[in-house]
Parts: sequence; C-alpha cells; structure tokens
Amino acid sequence: MLFEGLAEKLQNTFDKLKGKGKLTEADVKEAMREVKLALLEADVNFKVVKDFINRVKERAVGDEVLESLTPGQQVIKIVNEEMTALMGSTQSKVTFSSSPPTIYMMVGLQGSGKTTSCGKLANLLKKQQKKPLLVAADVYRPAAIEQLKTVGSKIDVPVFSMGTQMDPVNIAKAGIEEAKKNGHDLVIIDTAGRLHIDNNLMDELQNIKKAVKPQEILLVVDSMTGQDAVNVAESFSDKVGIDGVILTKLDGDTRGGAALSVRAVTQKPIKFVGMGEKIDEFEAFHPDRMASRILGMGDVLSLIEKAQSSVDIKKAQELEKKMRTQQFTFDDFLDQLQQMKNMGSMKDIMEMIPGVGGKQLKNLDVDEKELVYIEAIIQSMTGEERTNPGVINGSRRKRIAAGSGTSIQQVNKLLKQFEQTRKMMKQFTDMEKGAKKGGKFKLPFPGF
Amino acid sequence: MFFNGWDNDKSEQQETESKGFFQRLKEGLNKTTKDFTGKLDSLLMGYGKIDDELFEELEELLIMADVGYDATMKAMDHLQKKVRDHRLEDASEVKVLLKDVLVQLLTVEEAGHQLNLDQNPTVILVVGVNGVGKTTTIGKLAAYCQKQGKRVMLAAGDTFRAGAIDQLEIWGQRSNAPVIRHQEGSDPAAVIYDAIHSAKAKDNQVLICDTAGRLHNKKNLMNELGKIFRILDREYPEARKEVLLVLDATTGQNAIQQAKTFGEVAPLTGIVLTKLDGTARGGIIIPIAQTLGVPVKFVGVGEQIDDLQPFDPEAFVSAMLDQ
Repeated sequence: MLFEGLAEKLQNTFDKLKGKGKLTEADVKEAMREVKLALLEADVNFKVVKDFINRVKERAVGDEVLESLTPGQQVIKIVNEEMTALMGSTQSKVTFSSSPPTIYMMVGLQGSGKTTSCGKLANLLKKQQKKPLLVAADVYRPAAIEQLKTVGSKIDVPVFSMGTQMDPVNIAKAGIEEAKKNGHDLVIIDTAGRLHIDNNLMDELQNIKKAVKPQEILLVVDSMTGQDAVNVAESFSDKVGIDGVILTKLDGDTRGGAALSVRAVTQKPIKFVGMGEKIDEFEAFHPDRMASRILGMGDVLSLIEKAQSSVDIKKAQELEKKMRTQQFTFDDFLDQLQQMKNMGSMKDIMEMIPGVGGKQLKNLDVDEKELVYIEAIIQSMTGEERTNPGVINGSRRKRIAAGSGTSIQQVNKLLKQFEQTRKMMKQFTDMEKGAKKGGKFKLPFPGF
Repeated sequence: MFFNGWDNDKSEQQETESKGFFQRLKEGLNKTTKDFTGKLDSLLMGYGKIDDELFEELEELLIMADVGYDATMKAMDHLQKKVRDHRLEDASEVKVLLKDVLVQLLTVEEAGHQLNLDQNPTVILVVGVNGVGKTTTIGKLAAYCQKQGKRVMLAAGDTFRAGAIDQLEIWGQRSNAPVIRHQEGSDPAAVIYDAIHSAKAKDNQVLICDTAGRLHNKKNLMNELGKIFRILDREYPEARKEVLLVLDATTGQNAIQQAKTFGEVAPLTGIVLTKLDGTARGGIIIPIAQTLGVPVKFVGVGEQIDDLQPFDPEAFVSAMLDQ
C-alpha cells in the first residue's frame, strides 16, 4: 500500500514513548520530520510545509495525550485537524447570480483540463435544471474550439464560437448576448491555457473579466502539479482574481499536495474535483478526504476518530492481559461486545488497520443481530459460569436458554463461538508478538 | 502568434536560429534562471562562510525545483563531499560545484541525450498523461526531423480526446507532413497499423505516432498502449523504435511514477520535458535520470514550432544556474 507510509512511521517513532502523559518538544520534533517528508513527497510547496509544521508544533507541544490514543496517534490527530482546517472545513459550492445569466470563467495553464472541466461543470449544472451555454474563447490552441464543440454535443449543450480570428473579449461579450437572447441562465467561458507569466495573455483575461463581470472565475489546476503550484495560483489570483479552484486528474495516483499549496496561497476554496475522463466523473470537493490523501494515511484517521470516541483504553489493556494469559471470560466477552457496538462491527474496525488482511477476518463474521441474543445469553449466566465456562453442563444450558429466551442450540453455538474467539485471540496475540519482532506492523489497539 | 501564418513562422525561425542553440535555450529557460540564480546568488552573497545553514538553504532551493527529497539529499551529500575534498571556504565557489553535481546526476551516459535519426526508417511513439503537451510536441518534433532532412509522417493515434485529431492535422499542415487519421473514437491500434503500412508504401523516413493522454494507473488504457507498441514491433521490424515520454515540467513527484509505469508497457528511450517557459524548473528529471536512467532528449520552451530544443545536461544546468 502506497498510503500507509506516514502513519506507520509515526507509530514506530512513538513506540518507545508509549504511556507518556504529555507530548514533549523532542517527541514532536521527531514526528514533524516524518510529517515534513510526507508532505514534500506529496508535492506540498516547501514554504507551505514549513508554515504548517510550525503551526502543528506549536499546538502539539505540551498537548495532553488522550487516554485512548498513543502519542503517535495523538500527533496524527492534530496534524489531520490542522490540515483539514487549512483545506477548508466545509464543502464549498458554486454561487449563482441574482440576475441571470450567471457567468463562470475558466482559467488556467495549458493542459490543466479547462475544456473538459467546462463540459463537466455544464453537465453537472444542467442536471440541476440550469440551461448552460458554453463559450469558446480559446482562439490560440489548434482545434480547441472543435474540442469544446464535441464536448458540448456529447452533453447536448450548445457552444457559442466565432472562429479563431476574433478577439476573445469580443467573443465573450457576444456569447453573453447570445445567452440572453436564447434564454440561457448560465454561461461558461472556456479561455485559452496560458502561462501565468505571459503578461499579454493575463491582460486578456482581465479584459474579459471587465467586459463580462463573471459571477465566478474558476482556476483549473492539475492535481499532479509540483512546487510551482504556488506561483501559478498566486499569479492568477493577483492578476485576475479567482473565486474558486477546480482540481483535475485526481483519478491518478498523485498524492495531490498541490491542493494544499493552492489553498494556502489563495485562501479560495476548491470547489470541484475531476475524477476521470468521462463527462460525469466530476465531484464536489471533500476537504477531509483530501487531507488524508495528502498525508497518505488512508483510514487510519477514521480509526483514530472512532477509537477516540469509544474505546476505554484501560479496559482494553486489562483485556489484553487476560488474552495473553488465556483468562478471557464471558464477562470480558460481554464488555467487548458492548464496545464493539459503539464502534461499529469488529470486521470494519479490523479492516481499517493497515496490515490486517481479509484472511484473518474470515472466521470473524458475526451477525450483528445475533449480538442481542448473545448479550441475553451471557446475562443469564451465573458469575461462576461466566468466568469458568467449563462448568456449563446440560442442565445449566437448559436454564440459560430459558432465562435468555433462546434455544439450547443457540447457547451451544455461543459456547462454541466463545471457544473460537479465545483461539482467535490467541492467534492475534501471537501474530502481534511476531509482528513486533519483524517490526512490520502493529495493531493500534492492544485490545483487539 | 502562430496564426499569423506559415511564412511568418519561417522568418521568425531564421531570426531565432542566428542566436544559436545555447542562447535560445537560455532564453527559453530565462524565467527559471532569474528565479533560481537570483535566489542562489543572493544566498551565496549573503554567506561568506560555508556552514550548515548554507547547505540547508541550497537543499530548500532544490526541493523547490521539484528535485524531490531523496535526490536532493543525494545531491547535497555529493556537494558536501566535494566541498570537503576541495577544501573550499568561500561560499561563492559552491555554485560551480553544485552545477557539477547536478550535471553529473542528470547525465545518462549509455543512452545519450540526442535523438538518433541516423537509421531509416525510425518510428517515434509519443506517450504521456493527459495535458502534458504530446500533440504540440509532435508538431514541433515533425519540424525538427524535417530540418534534419527527413521525410516525416504523422499518425493521429489519439482517437479519444475531442479535437485531438484536428489539432494534429493543423500541426501537420504547418510542417507539411501528411497525417494518417481515422474517425474519432476508432481503434488507435488500427490507426497505427495503417500509418505503418502507409509509411512503408511511401518510403517515409520518420513516422511519429500520437497517442491519447492516459493516466498511468489506468490498467486498460495502459494495456491498450502496450498493444500499440507490440504492433509497431511486429509490423515495422525494420524501423528503429523510439518511445518518448512527454512530461510537463510543472509536474511534481508523480512524474517518477509516470516514467516507471509507462516504461513498463512501452520501454522508454527518452523524455521530452515541456512547458519550461513557465516558472517551473523541471527538477524532477534528476530523480528520473537517477532511478530509471531514462535520458531527457528535448525540452519544450514555448508554443512556436521551433520551441523544441535538443537537451544537453550541461546547458540545462548552466541555464539554470548562470545569469
């Protein structure tokens, strides 16, 4: 897995620090080195990384480590919170003008995906009952107009064009008139790709902007962009002014750190992401998902969230001890069931842990409805029966079944399952020991 | 702009030609240069002494040029060793050494950085992710090959992107190279097949094949590319094969993965680094040269038909570091 890197490294970094109450400066410094590397590998701009690291450091040093988390997880939690805050905590939508037509203008470098995004956006808003018109204002790239026309015909949206000999400003103006005449309430202007340092072409954008007063100027950015993303975003933002960002080609395997850089220098929201070559592969932007993609931590984050809210780590530690010494009882089983109910199914939890594959999970399929019966059965046992299941003979089984409103078969099944669970837990304990030796992976929760 | 017509292009071509390659490359890399050297010089002026802080700042410069963490660390290791070996004490001398180190890391000895057109016929397959400038590169490449006295034919193998075929057709007209095309949406392998046989029949010397942009993590599309490469191999055994990966200089660390994955389906013989006329510095080619040994053969420095420069590591790094 590509995305496991950082979480694993942080876990390892903090292994030796287990049980400390507060994050010290030294802890955090070490962890920040890993975070910095991860962000640079993800193409987040160096300066943005520096700022970010400083902010996290400031917040993390002296922070109380939550009881349910390891110090490593605590740092990941802070990093993720700060990152999500920086990405924009909520989704941001495009706005519409109170006096139609609403005009959007697409701008960006060559090859960032403006024309495709025009089509995708038109398609999306058409589904929301808008009546869009596409305007072909790219008179420079050979066949750019043909491309927009083809895209338009695919989604059944008309394309306004005046050939390549006209001034794009005039084309844009004429396009708006055309829209008004034909009752379009939305106009999307496709402009030519240009370098942010090409002053003539940047002026042209300004002139279009002055002429048509767009509701939103959307900067289209390739998600694979490297360190240069800040220069591009800064220039377009300063010289033309932008209202939002469309991040394209996110269906690739880039970590997409450019998203963070662009957001950091423009302070403008990312509104949409392009997720493929098909016209409907266009989605609203989710800041939280992007944050964990850039960090490369996959679902470890949601695991932390869940754990934070529901696992009582002390109970889990006791449980672990019992597991190791084979003293696992029905009482513990009941406890665990209750915690599991808080956290979602055990299988879900296990799947979120990097390194735990499907194999070990096969025997673990517990029907969640059955849990209710299981609880009832255990609650109908005496204390002795719970700690020492060996004493449960035929007549005791009968009594338990009657007491819990279940059948003897169900009681038998549970006893069998309990035995399996004991075995399984032993396996996990062994596995964990083995893994520790190999240093390959580690279960974040001693309890499971 | 190039819509002024073909004749204007020609005169511009002659004009720029007189400036010579080195000058033009430097011009193309102008922005890169100003940015990089400006910083580097102010950096080195500020320091009389060579200390950790200096190395840290240089490290930052390389990272900001998309050289990537690992390759930057390697460059810094080499630089520090050289500084020790030469017993340097003055920071201003470090620049020369840094240049040496970067050139060394960038140079791919065995393969060489020149496009070899000695053998007729040659077939050039141009591949890359979406939007890096494949079709534009082919337009310029056709002109380049013609200047070397070759008869060039183009194959419109991008049957997927709307307008791609027309775009190539226009480039074909600019350089008077015939374009073999099918309908949009048709099988690209069939276009290539036809183009090969047409090139054979007309005794063309260089066949340049366009392909649709594809993200390297799309299995099916990569298999399609593999198929195209196999067709070249099978139907055109007598031709020398050149597979050029077009990389956008603004691309970050993902470019390494691109080079790796494209190379798996169609063995790369070179890289064309485009869009160097922006502020991006294209440092990503250093880790690519280091890990994959694929040489850069051309750099694209603009939208004009002659804005494609043969790559030379010395000139590239010099243009980056000298003012």
